[in-house]
Amino acid sequence: MVNNTKITVKNFNAWFDENQVVKSLNMEVFSNEILGIIGPANSGKTTFLRTLNRLNDIEDKFRMDGEIFLDNQNVYKDIDVNLLRKRIGVIFALPISLPMSIYDNISFGPRRHGIKKGLDEIVENSLKSAYLWDEVKDRLNESALNLSGGQQQRLCIARTLAVEPEVILFDEPCSGLDPISTAKVEDAMDKLKQKYTIILVTNNVKQAARVSDRTAFFLMGELVEIDTTEKIFTVPSDKRTENYVSGRFG
Amino acid sequence: MKKRFNPKTSQKIAFTILLLSALVTIIPVVVIIIVVIKNGISAISWEFLTSMPKNGMRAGGIFPAIVGTFYLTIGATIFSLPLGVLAAIYLSEYAKENRFTRILNLGIVNLAGVPSIVYGLFGLSLFVIYMKLGVSILSGCLTLAIMELPSIITATKTALNSVPKQFREVSLSLGATKWQTIRYAVLPYALPGIITGTVLSNARKTGETAPILFTVAAFYLPRLPSSVFDQTMALPYHLYVISTQIPGIEKNITYGTALVLIIFTLSLNLVGIIIRTRLRKQKKW
Ligand SMILES: Nc1ncnc2c1ncn2[C@@H]1O[C@H](COP(=O)(O)OP(=O)(O)O)[C@@H](O)[C@H]1O
Ligand SMILES: [Mg+2]
Repeated sequence: MVNNTKITVKNFNAWFDENQVVKSLNMEVFSNEILGIIGPANSGKTTFLRTLNRLNDIEDKFRMDGEIFLDNQNVYKDIDVNLLRKRIGVIFALPISLPMSIYDNISFGPRRHGIKKGLDEIVENSLKSAYLWDEVKDRLNESALNLSGGQQQRLCIARTLAVEPEVILFDEPCSGLDPISTAKVEDAMDKLKQKYTIILVTNNVKQAARVSDRTAFFLMGELVEIDTTEKIFTVPSDKRTENYVSGRFG
Repeated sequence: MKKRFNPKTSQKIAFTILLLSALVTIIPVVVIIIVVIKNGISAISWEFLTSMPKNGMRAGGIFPAIVGTFYLTIGATIFSLPLGVLAAIYLSEYAKENRFTRILNLGIVNLAGVPSIVYGLFGLSLFVIYMKLGVSILSGCLTLAIMELPSIITATKTALNSVPKQFREVSLSLGATKWQTIRYAVLPYALPGIITGTVLSNARKTGETAPILFTVAAFYLPRLPSSVFDQTMALPYHLYVISTQIPGIEKNITYGTALVLIIFTLSLNLVGIIIRTRLRKQKKW
């Protein structure tokens, strides 16, 4: 299999004030893979994700150096930030539905990009891809806040899909969900892989083992190891990785 | 260690002091309202509310003053609301923390502390004389508007800050621009706070005499204003005039006018509070 590189990270460092939270990170993300990122809390996983689509720009204390490329374009220099965020979508740990109808949530992105026609179709297709259509098709005009947590998380996925991203970042998307909802979100991710490149940060090591093609292990701001999921979970090259994935950490 | 009171006793004492303080603060309000109602209610009639003053304001009604105050309230808000909201959006969403914005914020805080008579003189020199708008509804509205700005800006900033940060993140992460984010993911949810803040503070300012004294208020003008360049009578100034300049006026006319003014402000407050409770009930985040 030929791996096309989608994202390249070169010598990336990040700080909040004086606190360095990501240290000289070098890695690649391939097209159409699910890259799992595991590691204990405060390892810099979220910070890394939020830098990819420049959401950290809105944090006053944030500072970075190094380079990040999306399809060989430097995300800080060559791409308009709003276009970048359209191309790299993100799903947060807690599902944040905007307090408006299901329909308006999904069409929020397309509308901002000037799309007026065909919204119905976009809404339907996005909801179908997120495996939510059947549950909500009869109440699209109801407030999204009435949905259950698992449904809201899939709504967030659908909302992201509606702007046709190329990469989707998931930041612990199932941390607040029950096992059944988690399974549904994982199903959705697995199907999405055919069209999108996915980075999945998860606090659940087993989830990474289940769904990701490759897995990266972050520890205290450093990338300890990145390899195929099979290797990481069977023969990791670093002792710390082995300890972490086998639950003998700390 | 020796205890001075047992906890139950000190709890009781604290409760009593707190209750008394609360009662003391509302006593003046209650007394004012009772006195005004008691002395003024006999003057209130359909005719009093809807006819022109007569006989050197000793008789007739206060219709032009009611209409004038109504125009001034609306007119001032037309200027102050958009300007205040836009300024607040700039200050809380766009402005970087630097010396310039610190000076701006300081200016706004101080603007809120300027005595209303100073606003009146400012309006006189800028709008009436320098801009040649004359003593007119327009000048009065502009003067009141400037006086209303600080509280609108503060209310708007508070309302914007209380919108969850996640709404902005969701919008931005879908590729919306900063302005689109403010317009579609922040402002709609800040609006209840902005509107109530505005209504409540404007209601209070409409009752002020000083800002309209030199800029719009007519001593005696028993007709309705015909344009924004016309003078008008207004409730607070009319009340001042009849209680100090008109000897031998019936007491119930003065108090009746005061009652109408109080009802005017209180009902504006009520509207603000109703809007707020309504919208709070809808809001679920
Ligand atoms: N907005 C912020 N301001 C200040 N420090 C932050 C902020 N976000 C994260 N941090 C700090 O950065 C470090 C890494 O956090 P994070 O990237 O969220 O780790 P993870 O997602 O692996 O748990 C932590 O020490 C955290 O306290
Ligand atoms: Mg995190």
